Amino acid sequence: MSTFNRRSFMKAGGALVGALLAVGVISSHALAADYPTAKVNTTGLAVTDTTVKVGILHSATGTMAISETGSIQAEKLAIEQINAMGGILGRKIEVIQEDGASDWPTFAEKSKKLLVKDKVAAVMGCWTSASRKAALPVFEKENGLLFYPTFYEGLEQSKNVFYTGQEATQQILAGLDWIAKEKKAKTFYLIGSDYIWPRTSMKIARKHIEKVLKGTVVGEEYIALGDTQFGSVINKIKLKKPDVIYAAVVGGSNVAWFKQLNAAGLNSSKQTMLTISVTEDEVLGIGGENLAGFYSAMKYFQSQDNPENKKFVAAFKKKWGDKSVIGDVTQAAYLGPWLYKAAVERAGSFDVDKVQAALPGYVFKDAPEGPVTVEANHHLTTKLRIGQWGKDGQAKVVYTSDYIKPDPFPKGYQ
Amino acid sequence: MFGYSMADIGNIVVMQGFSGLSMFTVLLLMALGLAIIFGQMGVINMAHGEFMAIGAYTTVMISKLAANYGFVNYYFVFAIVIAFALAFAVGYFIEFIMIRHLYKRPLDTLLATWGLSLVMQQIFRSTFGAKEVSAELPEWMLGSFKPTPDIDIPINGVFVMFLAIIVTAGVYLFMFRSRWGLRVRATVQNRVMAGAVGINTAKVDRMTFALGCGIAGIAGAAFTTIASTGPTTGTLYIVDSFMVVVFGGAASLMGTIASAFGIAQAQSILQFFMTSSMGKVSTLLVIVGILMMKPEGLFASKLRK
Amino acid sequence: MSAILSKLNSSELLGGKKGVLGLAVLAAIIFVVLPLGVDIFRLNLVGKYLTYAFVAVSLVLLWGNGGILSLGQGIFFGLGGYGMAMFMKLEASDPISTKIQTTPGIPDFMDWNQLTAIPWFWEPFKSLPLTILAILVIPALFAYIIGFAMFKRRVGGVYFAIITQAIALILSILIVGQQGLTGGVNGITDLKTMLGWDTRVNGILLFGCILLSRYILTSKFGMLLLAMRDKEERVRFSGYDVSDFKIFIFCIAAMISAIGGAMFTLQVGFMSPSFVGIVPSIEMVIFCAVGGRISLIGAVYGTLLVNYGKTFFSETYPELWLFLMGGLFMAVVMFFPNGLAGLWDQHARKLKFMKRFYDDTPEPERFEPTLSATKEAVEAPVAKKEKPAKVASMKGAKA
Repeated sequence: MSTFNRRSFMKAGGALVGALLAVGVISSHALAADYPTAKVNTTGLAVTDTTVKVGILHSATGTMAISETGSIQAEKLAIEQINAMGGILGRKIEVIQEDGASDWPTFAEKSKKLLVKDKVAAVMGCWTSASRKAALPVFEKENGLLFYPTFYEGLEQSKNVFYTGQEATQQILAGLDWIAKEKKAKTFYLIGSDYIWPRTSMKIARKHIEKVLKGTVVGEEYIALGDTQFGSVINKIKLKKPDVIYAAVVGGSNVAWFKQLNAAGLNSSKQTMLTISVTEDEVLGIGGENLAGFYSAMKYFQSQDNPENKKFVAAFKKKWGDKSVIGDVTQAAYLGPWLYKAAVERAGSFDVDKVQAALPGYVFKDAPEGPVTVEANHHLTTKLRIGQWGKDGQAKVVYTSDYIKPDPFPKGYQ
Repeated sequence: MFGYSMADIGNIVVMQGFSGLSMFTVLLLMALGLAIIFGQMGVINMAHGEFMAIGAYTTVMISKLAANYGFVNYYFVFAIVIAFALAFAVGYFIEFIMIRHLYKRPLDTLLATWGLSLVMQQIFRSTFGAKEVSAELPEWMLGSFKPTPDIDIPINGVFVMFLAIIVTAGVYLFMFRSRWGLRVRATVQNRVMAGAVGINTAKVDRMTFALGCGIAGIAGAAFTTIASTGPTTGTLYIVDSFMVVVFGGAASLMGTIASAFGIAQAQSILQFFMTSSMGKVSTLLVIVGILMMKPEGLFASKLRK
Repeated sequence: MSAILSKLNSSELLGGKKGVLGLAVLAAIIFVVLPLGVDIFRLNLVGKYLTYAFVAVSLVLLWGNGGILSLGQGIFFGLGGYGMAMFMKLEASDPISTKIQTTPGIPDFMDWNQLTAIPWFWEPFKSLPLTILAILVIPALFAYIIGFAMFKRRVGGVYFAIITQAIALILSILIVGQQGLTGGVNGITDLKTMLGWDTRVNGILLFGCILLSRYILTSKFGMLLLAMRDKEERVRFSGYDVSDFKIFIFCIAAMISAIGGAMFTLQVGFMSPSFVGIVPSIEMVIFCAVGGRISLIGAVYGTLLVNYGKTFFSETYPELWLFLMGGLFMAVVMFFPNGLAGLWDQHARKLKFMKRFYDDTPEPERFEPTLSATKEAVEAPVAKKEKPAKVASMKGAKA
């Protein structure tokens, strides 16, 4: 991995923005006629003179549908907007949507269908780590292209995948630094659902707390997915009296966790909590009143005040209804189709190998979260934000970090 | 001791004791309806969790109405009554079209009700959406009750506890102090004889099944105070409920209460000293182990074998 | 046991003319029609479905003929699958392809969980013969322990179903919790070595299991099994130790399921705890029920049909899928307790050109599943064709 420092990186980023503006102007006028199909599609993908097929593969049914619906909506919105602008190299995107049904082998099966049978040029999809792990060998074998939106545990880097969410260190380190400084926190209690993402995240958090922040971890706890009884865990926390609870509880457990925490008297006036698993989507279920005052560390919050975000939120609500909310992953999913468009235009081709090679180095300056850069390791350089939740279910951004480079295999944290 | 003051430890013991009791009442509410159906009729209702979800969704809907019309503080009373009525009605209907044809094949009711649970889950998903929803809780139910500054007793836990006591007492009165209960018990003990003395046994079955479902509805309503509701919420509770019923020895109200108490305390204490998922695994292992040695459960029914 | 298994003639083994025909048609479908008529993508799916068929076949033995409903066949499917996955993972984790890790040469998920050496129970899975042995022996041993503890104490029926279900739950929580040793909720992934495994081997093994099952069912032991299903007490009074039979058939069923699990890993390229828990275990029962719980070949068709339906409807009408699946459960249980095989037998017998295949097969008694063997239940068994059976059985349930 390259080791350039932040300043030189920012310079490079700036230069790239400039370069890209130029490219962008040219390519948006590109017509299909300038890019004959025989030239831009040499590997037999489903690209015609007027259309290009792209797959969307998320769970529309099953337990994960709760979380994945937002991603489907964001991807469809982005594709609609791209088509309204004239598509990619003059070709309209045709969506083939498949349902992963919250069942991991189904993801592998459907990936295979999309790549082998439908010959889609790219797939926007997967959500849980388990579904990505199941689909990954298929993408590698068939040389497909996957845009994966969720923040995840890292420890992976495939040439066939672009990760538009944060890997673990991007979400954890800066947030811990902030809370340690801001709240003078010395003791931490780590709690998460029992699967790979919380476990890996907590491992990184523990190393950082102990080695860098010189704090102590007074407890570490994992809850079976779907468990709703937190009485004993909350009592343990009360006994240890940590300065900060660092939480990564997901799914249905999340609601029970916050409700019971409040009911046990541990609300935000008494206890600081930083979570890495609560986005606007989860708040709908948890209820703002149970969450008010607690913090989340994410790269994006719906309440962000930049013009790109306002435009995005307005478009999203127009398409999917006024009540819909946009969480971190939804925004990351929205990036997928745009990054794909940029990559194809940079490559001047739909061929997977050329697209893969063309995307790293690209700066997407119109991203709702603010400019992001695609790195050579296929992850994005982004900022981290800390949001404090209000009763209305929206977060106030109280801290924004510098740009953080992705580091999926962090040295010293493994 | 371990660097904590005696006062700290005292407080935790009190709160931990309450958390065990709270889990006990949750398990008891879950299992009560099932115990009636399984114990009295020998029917395995795998859709029991979905009947709880009926109650939970009803409560969520009513809470939304209440928020609009400003009666948030006391809607829960209506919610519980309506949740019971709705789950009762659905149960009555299901017994009529499905369960009664399967009485002689208990293993098959298990499969058929599993199918029913899938259908009900999809109905929930199509009607209420895939996202989890939560009830708006009345102000008085949030927060905690403080006998001393360092002890917090969650009010929603106390509420569930009272509800469980009332429901259990109600079931007791119904089964052992009412005409209906007499008929139910008579039918259980000797169906032919009960029929011969003029009890409509088919009707007794239907009422019993519907009653069990209705109680599941109440349980669902109560759970909205501690967790959220989604289309698949029911499946989370089903194994726990079955363990309580089987461990207690089917057909015995006392057994169900005792087993819910034992399981809850064991799990709550183990989860305090071990990690949460290992606590759960250990509890389940102990139950399975005991059941292997004493298959009839803690309180076997005293009827002649 | 061998004393019980009496000598057989070969036509009995194949199930008479009708059985030969059934096997031939199934073989033709699996080895000729599907490979020629279906594209490679669908063929892979069929391969995956066939691995579930092993479990369905094992349930025909255990449930349809033995009257023992196990809601924990996922346990054995999982044990077999994990065994194979462990072998393949070790094979895939050679030091060169894992050089990015802190400790090269161990599976990636172990490295992420700070393990620096392969745990002891992974060691045997470095060798293929030991792996195959483990896939066959460990599930059988596990089944023996469960079976011994429960059947010797005469736990049966509903209780057995619920306890096996609980064990399936425990095992899946354990696998998820011990991430460093098992790969956690993601399972063991990235098994590249044998991806796209030949479906035919799968089919051949499946036929092997069907023939083994038929051998068991047509033996004297099979007769005893049926007798036990219908009138357990009478078998016991005749001097047989019923629990031994149950343990034996449970072990065989576990072994067949485990072979299915191992084939699954080969076919799909990974294994995860979502195939061990309660939901897959119950789904596998429905494959068997749809096909006909007493028909070995029917179970295979049932599996293929349900899974094809699942794939088809989840692609075209995802909303409808659960309604259909749930409806199927209820309809099969309520109206077609003999499943597809039952329907076929009823109608084929009347067809002229089919008739001669049925010459040597007597008209079967319509299968009426009796109140099965809970301890209490056996004392008041339901007479098979008694009209007011409901009354008697209700008494049985409670007496």
